[in-house]
Parts: sequence; structure tokens; C-alpha cells
Amino acid sequence: MHELSIAYSLVQNASEAAQQAGARKVNKVFLRLGKLSGVVKEALLFGYDIATKGTPLEGSELVIQELPVVIYCASAQCQQEFAISGLQGFRCPNCNQPSNQIRQGRELEIEKLEIEVD
Amino acid sequence: MTTRYLEIRQGVLSKNDQLAATLRARLQAAGLLTLNVVSSPGSGKTALLERMMGDMRKAGHSVAALVGDLQTDNDAKRLARSGAPVRQIVTDGICHLEVEMITAHLNAWGLDLSALEFFFIENVGNLVCPTWYDLGEDLRIVLLSVTEGEDKPLKYPSMFYSADIAIITKMDLADACEFDRALAYENILSVRPSIRIFETSAKKGTGVAELIDFFVQTRAKKYAS
Repeated sequence: MHELSIAYSLVQNASEAAQQAGARKVNKVFLRLGKLSGVVKEALLFGYDIATKGTPLEGSELVIQELPVVIYCASAQCQQEFAISGLQGFRCPNCNQPSNQIRQGRELEIEKLEIEVD
Repeated sequence: MTTRYLEIRQGVLSKNDQLAATLRARLQAAGLLTLNVVSSPGSGKTALLERMMGDMRKAGHSVAALVGDLQTDNDAKRLARSGAPVRQIVTDGICHLEVEMITAHLNAWGLDLSALEFFFIENVGNLVCPTWYDLGEDLRIVLLSVTEGEDKPLKYPSMFYSADIAIITKMDLADACEFDRALAYENILSVRPSIRIFETSAKKGTGVAELIDFFVQTRAKKYAS
């Protein structure tokens, strides 16, 4: 359960960005969350409410976009990206070759904020 | 007032990443090979490090360790038996190490880094939370003991995916546990294709020399040019 630590980092980064942009209020925080990030969405949402207390983000909504793992298969017949279901095998769903090339899935990234400005 | 979108595109852990890059440069300038050791609680991180650091010192290598624990300094006391400089980080309930803790403890410690060759960071026993906290290490080492089941890599794929090498520990108990070696390899390689896998017994000392040799070679390669 490290989602509270993650939530505090998220709130700190977003608060700084909002202040620099002269935001009067933050309505929404949009987060991109990869399946490999090791962060549980529900736990993060719970931690977010705690971490935003007394900050410019208090009362804002955390909008989480979950991203599947995408691998690149370098085999001669494929040479393309595939989204894979689950995390138990990084193999090409087409030719079954193992792949170390993860193109998506590690994301734990603030995409954008919806803010109110004068 | 008007509503608008503010594009950010910034990693939540970007501050940790920046501080880790700074620390990595500092450790590199001192000529160190830094190793972040992760596993579930009870996989034998401390036992392996105690054995390995003792053997490394006997072979004339200079090593030091920072060790993280939720509540106690028991592990630092055990590692100190190797004769190497050791310092405990008590996280007071925090389930992972962050690079700020490493930097703060290194600064308070006053260790002469340039006199060292190898620096071990024993993480808090946890296969989830430490996954994406970069500590400035060169290699991340994940341990899997024969007593905890061959399917651990499938249950914690993110951590095994994040590792650079894997070590199967407590091999002296493999027969007693009816450990399925082939299945363990298959599972590790399934979530981390082509990862290098070692096998050790800290108790008997088997496999430790091979591991030390790998670290010595890795460090030599890193500073070859």
C-alpha cells in the first residue's frame, strides 16, 4: 500500500503546476496509469482524497485512464505492436515470441489539469 | 472565471527520478557499482548479503550497505557481522525506500564513497511498493526463495519485470520443498524474457562466488573506458 505516497507526490506536482499557471481552482486531474505501474486505482483514489486535504486540489476529481501493456514484437513475421491481456507473460499474441520491448504500461503520469483562471 | 486545460505530461515520480539521476552520477563519480536488492519478506536478502559481503571483503573488495526496514535495526546488526560499514534506515512504516532517504542517510553517514567498490541497498521486504522507485542503482536484483512457491513471478510481474537479475535463494532447501526448478525458470522468464538467473544458498555458500564474480565483472565493464 504505497498509493498514499504516490498520491502525495501527485498532489505536490499538480499543485505546483496549477499555481504556476495562476489557477484559481482545480476541477480535475487527469492521470495516465499503466497496468505495470504497480498502482491500484481504487487505493489511489482513496489516497487522493486524503492527500488533497488543505491543498489547492481539495475537492477536485482524479480522472484515471488505465492503459494496457503494449509490447513490440520484433519477429520477422510481426514487426508490430500488440496490446497484451494480463501481465503474466510478455509474449507476442500472434507468434508467441517473448518480448522485452514494452511500449506502454509503465505510465504513472499526470496528463493534464482542468483549471479555473481569471 | 474561465475553464481551461493545462497540459502537464509529467511523471508522478519525476522528482524521485531527478534525484535518483543526481545520486547515480555521484555514485558513478566515486567508482561504485550500486545494487538495489528487492524481494518479499523472508526471501533471504539479509542472509545472502551477510554471506556475500563477508566473502567479498575476504577477497579484498570494499563494500558497504544501507538497509531498509519498517521498524527495527536487526538487519543492520546482522550485516555488520560481515565487517563492512552498514547503516540502517528505519522507515517507520513506509513500505519502500525512496531516493531522498538514501541521499539523506549517505550525507549523514559521512562514508568515503571513493574508497568503496560496491554499495548494496537492501530494500524493504515488499514485492509491490518499491517497484518504480529508482534509488540510483546500477542493477536491481530480485530474490525468489525456493520456500515461497514457483509462481511468485506471475503474482508480482511488475517487480520481476523491473529487475535486471534474479536470484533463487535457499537452494539448500530445494529438495525438502519439492521445488520445481524448471517451472520457476519458466515463470521468471515469462515475465522477464532473457533475464540472468543465479542460484544461491547463503547457508552453504553455494553460488555466492559466481554472483560475486558477476558483480566484479559488471563493475569492471562499467568503468572500463
